[in-house]
Amino acid sequence: MNVALIGDAGGGRRSVRSTDGATTEGNVPRVEEGATTLIDHRPAMPEPLAAYVRRTANINVARCYQCGKCSAGCPMGPEMALPPHDIMRLTLADDRARLFAGDSLWLCLTCETCSARCPKDVDPARVIDALRELAAAEGAGHAPRNVRAFHEAFLEQIRATGRLSEVGLILQYKLRSGALLQDVAVAPAMLRRGKLPLRPQHIAGAGEVKHIMAVCERERAHSAGAAPTAGASARRDER
Amino acid sequence: MTLAYYPGCSMHGTSREYEESLLAVAAALDVGLTEIDDWSCCGASSAHVADHLLGVALPARNLALAEAQGADRVLAPCAACYNRLSGAVHAVAEEPGMAARVPEVLERPFANTVRVLSIVELLQGLAPVIEERVAARLEPNPLEHLNVAAYWGCLLVRPAEITGFDDAERPTGMDDVISACAANPVRWNMAVECCGGAFSVSRTSSVLRLSRAIIDDARRCGADAILAACPLCHANLDFRQGAMSLRGEPPMPVLYITQLVGLALGLPMSSLGFERHFVDTQPLFAHLAREADKAAAAAAERAAAKAAKAAAKAGAS
Amino acid sequence: MSRIGVFICHCGENIARTVDCGAVADALRDHPGVTVATDYKYMCSDPGQQLIKKAIEDNALTGVVVCACSPHMHEKTFRRAAAQAGLNPFVVEMANIREHCSWIHDDREQATAKAIDTARTIVEKVKHNRPLQTIRIPVTRRALVIGGGIAGIQAALDIADGGHEVVLVEKDPSIGGHMSQLSETFPTLDCSQCILTPRMVEAYQHPRIKLYTWSEVEKVDGYIGNFSVTIRKKARSVDEDLCNGCGDCQAACPSRRIASEFDAGLSRRTAIYTPFPQAVPNIPVLDREHCTLFKGRRKGLAKDACGTCKETCLKGAIDYDGEDTFVTEEVGAIVVATGFQLYDIGREQPEGLKGYGEYGYGDVPDVIDGLQFERLASASGPAGGKMRRPSDGAEPKTVVFVKCVGSRDPEKGMSYCSKICCMYTAKHTMLYKHKVPDGRAVVFYMDIRAAGKGYDEFSRRAIEEDGAEYIRGRVSRIFRDGDKVKVWGYDTLSNRQVVVDADMVVLATAVRPQPGIAELAQKLSVSYDQDGFLNEAHPKLRPVETNTAGIYLAGACQAPRDIPESVAMAGATAAKVLGLFSADELERDPSVALVNERTCSGCFNCERVCPYGAIERRDVCDMEGHVCGHVAYVNPGVCQGCGTCVAVCPSKSVELAGFTDDQVYAEINALAGW
Repeated sequence: MNVALIGDAGGGRRSVRSTDGATTEGNVPRVEEGATTLIDHRPAMPEPLAAYVRRTANINVARCYQCGKCSAGCPMGPEMALPPHDIMRLTLADDRARLFAGDSLWLCLTCETCSARCPKDVDPARVIDALRELAAAEGAGHAPRNVRAFHEAFLEQIRATGRLSEVGLILQYKLRSGALLQDVAVAPAMLRRGKLPLRPQHIAGAGEVKHIMAVCERERAHSAGAAPTAGASARRDER
Repeated sequence: MTLAYYPGCSMHGTSREYEESLLAVAAALDVGLTEIDDWSCCGASSAHVADHLLGVALPARNLALAEAQGADRVLAPCAACYNRLSGAVHAVAEEPGMAARVPEVLERPFANTVRVLSIVELLQGLAPVIEERVAARLEPNPLEHLNVAAYWGCLLVRPAEITGFDDAERPTGMDDVISACAANPVRWNMAVECCGGAFSVSRTSSVLRLSRAIIDDARRCGADAILAACPLCHANLDFRQGAMSLRGEPPMPVLYITQLVGLALGLPMSSLGFERHFVDTQPLFAHLAREADKAAAAAAERAAAKAAKAAAKAGAS
Repeated sequence: MSRIGVFICHCGENIARTVDCGAVADALRDHPGVTVATDYKYMCSDPGQQLIKKAIEDNALTGVVVCACSPHMHEKTFRRAAAQAGLNPFVVEMANIREHCSWIHDDREQATAKAIDTARTIVEKVKHNRPLQTIRIPVTRRALVIGGGIAGIQAALDIADGGHEVVLVEKDPSIGGHMSQLSETFPTLDCSQCILTPRMVEAYQHPRIKLYTWSEVEKVDGYIGNFSVTIRKKARSVDEDLCNGCGDCQAACPSRRIASEFDAGLSRRTAIYTPFPQAVPNIPVLDREHCTLFKGRRKGLAKDACGTCKETCLKGAIDYDGEDTFVTEEVGAIVVATGFQLYDIGREQPEGLKGYGEYGYGDVPDVIDGLQFERLASASGPAGGKMRRPSDGAEPKTVVFVKCVGSRDPEKGMSYCSKICCMYTAKHTMLYKHKVPDGRAVVFYMDIRAAGKGYDEFSRRAIEEDGAEYIRGRVSRIFRDGDKVKVWGYDTLSNRQVVVDADMVVLATAVRPQPGIAELAQKLSVSYDQDGFLNEAHPKLRPVETNTAGIYLAGACQAPRDIPESVAMAGATAAKVLGLFSADELERDPSVALVNERTCSGCFNCERVCPYGAIERRDVCDMEGHVCGHVAYVNPGVCQGCGTCVAVCPSKSVELAGFTDDQVYAEINALAGW
């Protein structure tokens, strides 16, 4: 039996592998007459970052002309090795090594100042979100320990109870980050002011929330390389 | 007026006074607030950082609940929750495929019919009513001597195409509310600059740097207090103010917008939760009371002088 | 009896590669009415044209069909050749077998068949072509120039020196435009007024230039060679013949707090004023909007609230009761030279534009624009040429210049580059450093566009010799901080946020067309683009003409432009105008509509739909001269041959010469029949 395995060769091209081991690539797969075709849905990796951002967030990073206005107004700019305009440039240049080497992506506060002032409407905040998502899916990059600890603690809380218990959040955060003594001094003051409810709230829909998070996680794992899913933003058209 | 009410996770915890003052003010202004039954966390920043779909689905669940409970408008007093909920409304309306995918993920029907209201929108809409009530009060209004800097933070006005209800660089909605309360809105520069938001716990040093700049500017522009409309902004400016080395300068009280309105309407102080603040508000109120007394005394003197003059005139003729 | 010649061009390989030209010739040779059919490699070449001419003479041809490229390319070529051979050019048509056939198909057999069909169709049309005569219309050899800035002045001078009268209309009290506001010009740092004022005086004194200042174009009627322009002379309140420019009225005027337009709002003027000392004409204008007397009259006061200027004037030149007057000028060509205005960063904006809230919406007093800086730097300006900032008059020690404010900013509504700002910002830093040598000039930029002659060297001089600090990065925020202006910028080349505490900030705001440009364009029937700039006829090859015959463009009204280019463009328009005026009459394509007055019912559907206003009503009189009806008449000088009237005439009384019903039906029948 002659079987042709048709896979994704990246950049819109297909690869065809036949049972005798020969492989061809091209825009239109040519398969030997009589062969049985199997489609391999796994995408070719890695997808260029600009293409990934285009596909998932509908943003064309080539429109960025590196004016620096985003970085000029970024509140975290002084602390980032790669401020927003650099992140845009490295995305266009597909330099994963430099982008994911440091912690700049995770220092973004999503304050949206950059996106609000960008003259070309390339929405750096959304690009950074997309890159963070990609990094999480691929296990790339290093979120600073504390930042990762906070987000993980946050998500753990709501996965467990559906709502955030601030006390639970702080405790989880301390355990994950190792910052055991942080803010310990103010705890009594918080308690005195009635700002630390010690009993977590349980809601009936906690299971729903857990399920939503599980579904999204599954989809995240499959998203890299798949056809455009729900999540492609229609906010930005080609201009 | 009745609105669905989405408190968000801080309202019963670190920003308890926000909810206290909100409920007091709502009652005084005949705004019925019905808490969404079984609401869950909107995901704040942690969800959308991890996953765009999660960042839409978590808030959308609450909108779906509100819809099912017959609401057409939801009040989200926390700026982050407001931003996430509005973001979900926008994403489901505009992003291809979202309108179909989100109900699937939620396993709930969702028609995206609910509108999300921020606290500023609500109070700005009620400003004429507030102004009337303030004017109707017989006692002199100490708030007339209060210079307050309206701090919006980032999430109420950005992204403009999602929140879109005021100018993203120089919004005026909060100033309208302040004026309605007969206080003086200060012209200052850091109204929409970020306080450090979600890094309050995980990167406090950044928050101290950013919030410090905000407080400095408010002070330089002559503010006696800063007005906040977000639990996290309030925490960064108030709770964390002690850690900022303010070089011997007097502390800057941070009030919630609902607390200001409550004061203006003459609601009892105990219902507004000032004692829960970290930066003591008593010195400020004492100062305002003194100013009010001085003004009252000066007014009485003028009235007496006028009466005397009129009497003298009557006596002479 | 038709004797038609069919000539098939190979166009090198362009046609021959896909269409078998020989076969087309063979097929056409057998077509009834075709006397000769031949093919050749390059029909438009000299030998090709010779071939056609010879064929016309040898065969006494009555019509010619050239199967080749689009008529847009070579219809004129072949018609001229035919005319030289003695054949009326309007029996010559082209069949497009290139753009419509060989360039779009691959199959040789089918393409050849299509070429044959196309050729036959046109042959059938040409059988119905009638010889037509070029229309000749008289030309009024006077020109109108709208706008008295450097471009308008130059155009007027060039046309006047070429021997023809020019009417120059300027809406401000004086000519001179923005160039008169500048302090020094790049790249030579010449004093702007010193090089401009001689031109202004020359224009004023030129025997063939008629100058209307404080006037605007009200209405334009007519067509190329025959425009009738109504000009509104706004009420000056000063008699131009009696006034001797002594200036006593201005010195006496009690109303002294009006923001001076000439000083870009940085100083105050009186209600009766000349905008600047070198104004041409040196005759003041009374600003009725701000004048105390006229404000009183508008409020309905019984007695006039002021009258100081009239009392002061020794010549009795002041007249409060004058109204706007209208004057009509007949001209043959119009040059539009209305120039530009600067974009304002304020909150209120016209449709499609946004202001710069992040830079304070114009509320920070020490944040100024380029023209305001020019006035500060100018010796005749509000600070006498010393660097003084608007808020407190202090000498600014740190000045930040921000480029690209509005320009290249699609989010604010202007995607284009304003061209002149890179050069004038470099110039500004040099002017500032010359006056405040120990001051700091910081420029935030994206690029440096210095493409003209000596421009790059000039901008490098600012950096290398005058010490301007150029930082590549755009500015995120500008706001007042105590008595400083805080600027949050970025240096993308060394990757650091840059915060500057400036004493003054100069914004290089975008160049935009003048307000009211859309209304003027409507009056002239000239089109404009989405940014409001007037459209040239062809961006490469016809930069000073518009698609409206007889109307030309000079200067920044067409696109942002510096002074040498504006002057060059003005000269170019003058050349076009002088060319237009060089013939006694103007020749026009005879493909115009013609009304059969005998069948016309006078319904005037055609008049209603004609986009060019080419249709007139004509009286039909009986033998005694009494008017017994009306018919339509098409003015052949205005008609552009669009055919709309033909389509709407219910009695089929209008025909388009060269595209009559007979001709068009012949084509259709030919296509359908084969």
